Amino acid sequence: MTTGYPLLRSLQISFYNWSVVPTQVSKFIGLDNYIRALGDEQFWTGMVNAAVYLVLTVPATVVIGLFFATLLHARMPARALFRVLFYIPVVTSWVVVSLLFKYLFTTNDGAVNWFLTDFLHFTSESIPWLEQRWTALIAISALGVWKSVGWCLVVFLAALSGVREELYEAAALDGANAWQRFLHVTVPGIRGTLLFVLVLQVIGAFNVFPSVLLMTNGGPAGSTEVPLTYMYKQAFSFLDFGYGSAMSFILAIFIFVISFLQFRFFGEKKEVGS
Amino acid sequence: MRANPAWAVVRFIVVAVGAVFMIAPFLIMISTSLEPNTSILPSPPHFFPQEFTLDNYVRAITENNFGGYFLNSLFVSVATTVATVAISAMTAFAFARFDFRFKNVVFSLLLAGLMIPGIVIIVPQFILAKNLGMVDSLWGLVFFYTAGQIAFTTFLLRAFFERVPHELDEAMTVDGAGIVRKFVGLYVPLARPALATAAVFSFLGGWDEYVWALTVITDPLKRTLPLGIAAFQGAHTTAWGLVFAASVVAVLPVVIVYVAGQKHFIAGIAAGAVK
Repeated sequence: MTTGYPLLRSLQISFYNWSVVPTQVSKFIGLDNYIRALGDEQFWTGMVNAAVYLVLTVPATVVIGLFFATLLHARMPARALFRVLFYIPVVTSWVVVSLLFKYLFTTNDGAVNWFLTDFLHFTSESIPWLEQRWTALIAISALGVWKSVGWCLVVFLAALSGVREELYEAAALDGANAWQRFLHVTVPGIRGTLLFVLVLQVIGAFNVFPSVLLMTNGGPAGSTEVPLTYMYKQAFSFLDFGYGSAMSFILAIFIFVISFLQFRFFGEKKEVGS
Repeated sequence: MRANPAWAVVRFIVVAVGAVFMIAPFLIMISTSLEPNTSILPSPPHFFPQEFTLDNYVRAITENNFGGYFLNSLFVSVATTVATVAISAMTAFAFARFDFRFKNVVFSLLLAGLMIPGIVIIVPQFILAKNLGMVDSLWGLVFFYTAGQIAFTTFLLRAFFERVPHELDEAMTVDGAGIVRKFVGLYVPLARPALATAAVFSFLGGWDEYVWALTVITDPLKRTLPLGIAAFQGAHTTAWGLVFAASVVAVLPVVIVYVAGQKHFIAGIAAGAVK
């Protein structure tokens, strides 16, 4: 009820040239807001940026999370401590970590530039990370991966403990090496969880918001704007509620279709949720 | 598997290196907050403070009404936690143990609420808040945070209540216990771990939330910590030591709640994710 009502209301608002002043009558303009969004170059720049963010973050997060989960699944010293350390970025507020990464990606003498130039000797010049489109997206993506690896790790750890030990032993007896055991026992064993993590990560990528707002605020010149930062500005800086609603609806439909397709392609058995 | 010792050492080192990458940014944050502010960043970055001072902490806490932000956040998070746990315990109990008309429809709606990211409905939510007079008020934050959390916690608690054995329920019926006594005397005590999980989630949710607070709070006196810190950074663009001192103070309770409630937290994530 708390989500259903606003959702319908959102649909209604998106058909109007909504007036913020209560005494003025809002004008019904049908699909005009939707047509406007689909022809708005800035909106599409945002969608492309979100897609780039998705490509840079989702595979990396899932692979790194699964990698460390597999390693941590075995008994080792300080295992609980490691789990806590990996998870701390997840519980830290977006505001704090976004500002922290803004600081780390500072152009002159920032920690990341120090690491790449003086430590790894990867390049000799400082990279102006947040001052140009693609490098800024890389910086924002680095934050995205760093912040959600711990979540993937914990979810995968829980799933791994559900895979039966005998299956590994049987595979080992059949002469399967570690990689083959991983592919043929682990992956099928946590298939449902993999799908769940993938779908949530993709949804999360299209909803990237506070990190962009705080690290670049969409700049320079709107080049790192993502759908939600643009929507938010239209709605709350320019008070164009109708247009903002229409954009969030397009985004919601888009996310819904993508999630549906992922379930269609990757999920034979529906075992998400309980 | 029967691990050979060399492989175990390699594995440990790889995990340790990964953990260093997760923690290094925090070390830089803490040591920056403990050093005097300079306009030039130290290069290489300091993972441990070289020149120790508490100035930034003193300034962060005494200036800029930071104490007020802290109290606002504390109030909002605690009230959200109490409301969320109380309400979702009752709704989850209803879903787990009663049959009523459209039960499945209502539950599906609840699950749909889980899938829809809050930001998509931020515009109508704002209009609703305005009509209810809940803009620029801490109680308003509590109301909307609670509304946003209930779906997840109900989902979490329902699964737990369903596992309470029917025999216990029936035994209490034989003893003449009514619904209220069963709820208070049987279900709530048995569900204590799940309630703790729900509490940890809703506390952290309220403590870290930024976007909604940014949208509805305009009075500087009513800022919560995330708003306060973001505004801090805007006002002192180069005073990173100050910004990070405030951040450390804001993150500390989160780390404490998380480490103390770790077991419950992980149980909650696992319950949501694994089959």
